[in-house]
Order: sequence, then C-alpha cells, then structure tokens
Amino acid sequence: MLIVLVGLFVLLQFAPGDAVDALVAQMGGGDATMIDDLRRHYGLDLPIAVRLASYVWHLVRLDLGFSVIYGKPVAEVILERLPVTLLLMTSALSLAFGAGMVLGILAARWVNRWPDTLISTLGLVFYATPSFWFGLMGIVVFAVKLAWLPPGGYEEIGAEYTGIWRVLDITRHLMLPTATLSLIFLAIYFRIMRASMLEVLTLDFVRSARAKGLNQFAVVTRHVLRNALLPMVTLIGLQAGTMLGGSVVVESVFALPGLGRLAYEAVVQRDLNTLLGITFVSALLVITVNLVVDLLYVQLDPRIGSSS
Amino acid sequence: MELTRRDALVGAAALAAMPSSLQAGERPEEPKHGGVLTVHMTSEQRILNAALRASTGVYVIASKIMDPLVDLDADGQPKPMLATGWDTSADGKTITFRLREGVQWHDGKPFTSADVQYTAMELWKKHLNYGSTLQLHLEAVDTPDVHTAVFRYSRTMPIGLLLRALPDLGYVAPRHIYEGTNVLDNPANTAPIGTGPFRFVRYERGQYVMAERNPDYWRKGRPYLDRIMWRFITDKAAAVAALEAGQILLSVYSSLALADLDRLKADSSFIVTTKGNEGNAVNNTIEFNFRRKELADIRVRHAIAHAIDVDFFCKNFLYGFGKRGTGPIPSSSRSFYTPGAPQYPFDRKKAEELLDQAGYGRGRDGTRFSLRLLPAPFGEDISLFSTFIQQSLQPIGIKIEIVRFDSAAYLTNVYRDWNFDLATGWHQYRNDPAVSTTVWYRSGSPRGTPWTNQFGWQSDVVDKLIDEAASEPDQARRTQLYAEFVKQVNTDLPVWMAIERTFVSVLSARLRNHSNNPRWPSSDWADLWMV
Repeated sequence: MLIVLVGLFVLLQFAPGDAVDALVAQMGGGDATMIDDLRRHYGLDLPIAVRLASYVWHLVRLDLGFSVIYGKPVAEVILERLPVTLLLMTSALSLAFGAGMVLGILAARWVNRWPDTLISTLGLVFYATPSFWFGLMGIVVFAVKLAWLPPGGYEEIGAEYTGIWRVLDITRHLMLPTATLSLIFLAIYFRIMRASMLEVLTLDFVRSARAKGLNQFAVVTRHVLRNALLPMVTLIGLQAGTMLGGSVVVESVFALPGLGRLAYEAVVQRDLNTLLGITFVSALLVITVNLVVDLLYVQLDPRIGSSS
Repeated sequence: MELTRRDALVGAAALAAMPSSLQAGERPEEPKHGGVLTVHMTSEQRILNAALRASTGVYVIASKIMDPLVDLDADGQPKPMLATGWDTSADGKTITFRLREGVQWHDGKPFTSADVQYTAMELWKKHLNYGSTLQLHLEAVDTPDVHTAVFRYSRTMPIGLLLRALPDLGYVAPRHIYEGTNVLDNPANTAPIGTGPFRFVRYERGQYVMAERNPDYWRKGRPYLDRIMWRFITDKAAAVAALEAGQILLSVYSSLALADLDRLKADSSFIVTTKGNEGNAVNNTIEFNFRRKELADIRVRHAIAHAIDVDFFCKNFLYGFGKRGTGPIPSSSRSFYTPGAPQYPFDRKKAEELLDQAGYGRGRDGTRFSLRLLPAPFGEDISLFSTFIQQSLQPIGIKIEIVRFDSAAYLTNVYRDWNFDLATGWHQYRNDPAVSTTVWYRSGSPRGTPWTNQFGWQSDVVDKLIDEAASEPDQARRTQLYAEFVKQVNTDLPVWMAIERTFVSVLSARLRNHSNNPRWPSSDWADLWMV
C-alpha cells in the first residue's frame, strides 16, 4: 500500500500545474506576489523530495495530512463523505446481487424459452448502456416529468428531518442513484448466475435429489443455488473496486456528496493529500470486502475451509 | 410573463434602467416576505470571504453575507453601501469615505472605521486578487473618527476607478475576528461574519451553503427572503433537471449547457436573460505566442482574425448568446467604450493575400504551416470555438492541432511554460479596464501569472498609455486614453478579443426584483422576493 501511495505521489508530480494554479483558475486571476504567497502558505514551494518525506512521515503516524481545498484534515473530509458512498455501494451491490440472482434462476429455469430470451435481452441492454445515460433518463422521467423522486442530492436540504423521517428521505433520494449504479452490475450477475445454474443443473447430485422425489423448488434452492452462488460471491470481491470507480459518475449526475466526486474534485483541483487519502481508504475498503468474501466461501461450501 | 421573456431576447442595456416593479407585469405587486431561495453552484468554494477572493463563485454566496463599501445602482453608478459618501483631494492622492452609522456585524459588534482600515491594509492590499494590484500604492488608511476612513495613496488614485472597482474589491471583513490570526487560515473564511442582509448558517461540504435572514440588517424591513440555499451540482445536465423539478430556482453566470439555455427560453416558468450582467462582460480570446516566428508577423495575426466568421459562430453555435467582439473594452461598458478601433471582418480572400505577402506559401499538400491550439477548459463555448477556429483556418492553409488540458495544466502550459502557439479562453472585464483588462497587455508581469501578457510581445506606447490612464484623475481624459489604448492593441493584436458575451442567468418566473443592477448575481439580493 505504501508503494501505491508513493507511486501515486510521484505520478501526480508529473501532472502540470499544482493546487495553487487550480485555485487561481477558480478565482479568475491575481498578481504574482499573491500567487507566490499562496504557494508558500500551502508548502508547495518546497522540493518534491522534502514533501514526499514529510508525507510518508505523517502517514506512518496515520495522519493523512491537510486538505488544500477544504481547509481541514483529510481524514475528516473523507469521513464526512464515506457514509454516502458506503450506503450507495452497499445498496447498489445488494440490489444487483439480489435481482441478478433471481433473474438468473428464472432464466435458467426456462432456458431458451421466452422468459429467458426476454431477461437475457434486457440484461444485454443494461450491460451495454452507459450508466450516466440511465441516470439522466431516470431523472428526466421520474423527477422532471413525473415528479415522483427528487432529481439529486442526498437528503432534503433545510428540511431538518430526524429519525425515521430522515431515513425515509434519504431512501427516496438514493433510489434513482442505486438503480443506476446497480444496472450494469445486475446484468453481469444475471449472466454469471444463469451460466452457473445451467452448469450445476446438469450435475449428478441434482439428478439424485430429483430421484429422491424432492420438488422443483427444493431442488433449486437447497441444492443448486448453494453451489451456483460460489462464482457470484467471487465476483463481489472483484467488483467492489470497479463499483467505487463507477460511483464517480453516479455521484456527479445525482449531486451526491460521496467519495467518488471528492476524488474527481481532488484531481481537478490538484489536492494531492485528499487524493492520496481517498486512495488509501479505497484500498482498505476493497481489502475488507475481499476478506468478507473469503469468509463467505467457507460458509457456502464447507469443503473450502476443511481442505486447507 | 410574456414581457420578461421578451426582455431576454431584446437584450439588456436599454432595459437596465426599467423600474423593477414593471418586471412582474403591468400592475405593480406588493413585495412579500418569506420563502427559501435555492441557487445553483457549479463548484465547491474553498473560502467564502469576498474580502480575500475576488471571483464570481465567491460573490454569488458571500455578497449576501458581507457588504462592500459601494455597489452599483441600476444605471451603473456608484451607490452607497457601507460608505455613505466620498471625496477626493485635489491631487487625487487622498480619498475620504464617510461610513454608515448604526451598522452591526452578525455577531453583534459595531461596524467602525477600524474594520475598513484593517480590511484595506491586511486583506485587500496583501491577499485579495486584483485588490493587491488596485491598492498597490495605498500607503495607509487613517481613522480620524469611528465613521470616517481616509485612504492615502502615494500616487494619484482616480476616484472613478476606485468607485468602479470597489463593488467587487471592496468587501469589508470584521477586524475583531481577523486581527492577530493567520488571515488565510481563519475559520471565518468558510463561516463568514459580515454586515449583510443574510447571516451564514452552515456549509455542508459537497452539498450546500445555507444563510438566513438577518433581522438586524441596516436597511429596515429587508431582506424579504427567509433563507438562501446554494446547492453544489457539478453536472450541467443534472443542474437543468434540478431546475426543471423546482429543486433550484436560480442559476447564474452561464452555468448551464447552451442548448438547455436555448430550450428554457421557450418555457414560461423560467426567465433566461443577460440582464443584470452588463458590468461583467466576457471576451472569447485568441492569444498568440510571439515565440513562433509565423505569429510574430503582424500580417499572420491579422490573417487569422480575418479568416474566422465570428458572426456565423455566434448565431449557430452560441444560440445568439454573444456577438462579434470589438476590443478589450466591451461595447456594454457605458463609461469606457469608444467605437472606431480597427476591426477584422470575415474575409477569407484578404486572409490568404496577407499570408502570401508574409511569405508563407502553400506547401504541396496545401498547408502553409501548422499550429498548436490550447483551449481553456472553462466552458462549452471555448471548446466549440476551438473546433470552429480549426475548421476556419484549414481553408486558408493553416493546420491546427487542438491540445486539451484541465484548468491547472492549461494555465501552466500557456502562462508559465509558454508551451502553445494559439490559446483560446476568456478575458473578463470588471467594470473598469484598470481592474483586470490592462494586465493582458502591460509588459513586466512575472512569468507564470495567468491572464497576463505572457505572449512575448511588448509595446512602449501601450505600456505608457496603461500607466497614464491608471493614475489620471479626470474621467473624460481616462476614457480618451483607453480609446487610444484599444486602437493600439487592436492594431498590434497580441491577443484578439474575438467574441463579446454577457453572462446568462436562468431564473424561476416566481422571482421578483431581480437582475436590477449591472452585477446582479454578485450583489446583495436584499430586495429580491418571490411569489
């Protein structure tokens, strides 16, 4: 992880312009003395090696440094944004996983008949369409035309809801973003689920289960599903990182104050400390998700745990 | 609402003086108290202190919380705010402001001349962009009593210039909050304390800034609104959706996509207008790097200007939100615009002749030479214009390679590394040419200072005109000097002000008393109300 951070630090030095250039661009110009003062103020006049050493020294003490754009410690900035991204990721992942699984089972059950064709076509459409387009269309239809859902934001600002009302309010705001973010992943889960169901359905133990006289429902849920789920769970671990990346687009379209948008703004404004901090936290997140996935394997298939 | 929609199309200047009560229709309406105004913001602001940062993004928020010494009225004339009157000495080196009595900071402390003295010397002179240039020769501010501030300059400061600059560069910050702290790190920079009509409530990063009605505001009975919320929506399409869904009621400074602005013009629930932006004109520029030998030839620069059909571009690409530029002083400036400077009408044949005369004949493939064009990433119009430049120069045999960067990289490449042949971006005119216009032409700006003369061009005549006009007390004489200045730079053409545009505001038709001064989005909105 240290290598990643130091590598990123060095890489970002190659990007032309620094935080003060970005600041000057935002404020529309200023004279040279003032610009030099600002650069000194943010410590950007020091040599790269000195800045890198100081960054690493802070990092080993778990200090992520100070954000130039936000004027407060990076850790605080990230902690403010993390819940939104986590909530969005978890709900999108659950929706994609749940719906993908159900659709996959249905499609495998009626393979090559019309439900399968319909679901597969839809899956392909979801997979091929960029998520920002879905997001914008969702806003146009559900927020602008029908006025059912809010077009963006995390909660109704100024409403000051508390307790259950706040939860409901946030849910309302997150419905469109969650649906948008999950569609592509839903398509992937669906395809994997369908394929692995079809594969498992042909195996011997399924025939045995049928021979025992179990009904179709019991065969699918108790015997097939459990085995077919393994590749799905693997995918969660792999896609946690991709989803963090995808949330940049969704957070921008829906004006959500999450990590993705923070990362984007940090790049544009050359806020090095914030960007490194986000990388650090994202890496931690992906590692955690993969750990959980590994533990799930053991639950789903006891053979994995015992053989090792 | 028909009348107001027509305003937008007719254009602004003539209507600027129209009584605001007529905007709502034929019969005047009674202003109503109450309501929450939601305003679109395109980007996160690092600080919200207008005495420390001069930028439209800061003004849209901070000008409702802080007050300047003077503002501009509907006719563009200085209007008393925290200063109630002003005087200049015969030599123009001493300017006296009488200050408003009975004004309170939001924390209850009284506003006095000590606040003006401190802000001028410590914030405007040291840290405020453009302010530090304006106040370069400010030596001291004397405070003979608590309601008088005397500005002493070492060189003549034309009072006309100061009064036109102060609406933007004259916001006053509280001395008791800033004194003895590191000004740039002061927590009040993101939680401002002012004397304005609205009190800061909170800044939820990434989401919104909230301010509420100041019940102790010095204009009795104002403001009308209960609250203002500024929402951060970076995506333009999402911002339009929020506007149409009623989540935001106002978007200023041309922050939406051009196609959406054009579409909303036809929607009676919105007003799309350039009114209220007359003081803040923008030019789309073409900047020439004289280190390329071809561009150092005046005939080549003239040829490039002749080859671009700006009128066609404005009509078809900008949906009419812009017109052919005439020079660095926009035609909307009532005080300084003088027609008659050299112009470069679209004439492809003449362009070819000029290039032939300069000795750049066509090669075997029809190309005379190639240039790298850097478009600034600030707006859709710049991106469109860069493509239009490319298409326009191809027929006269100049091949253009477009190189795109983000803003930090663009500024570094153009103004520090001089790593460009042509650049196209914005020049912003701020009420007086001495504020942010003449720096584009004055020689001697240190390398790396954005939006200054980094073109490798220098003219003694122009330098002299700029310096003379900046310390000429007589307004008529200043106007004359600037007319001469425009003539010179339009001839030499180190940078061509190709297009002149005024910012566009989109407002909900529920708003009243809006767009009623030349810098309305940056003004206090104390008289704004909604039905």
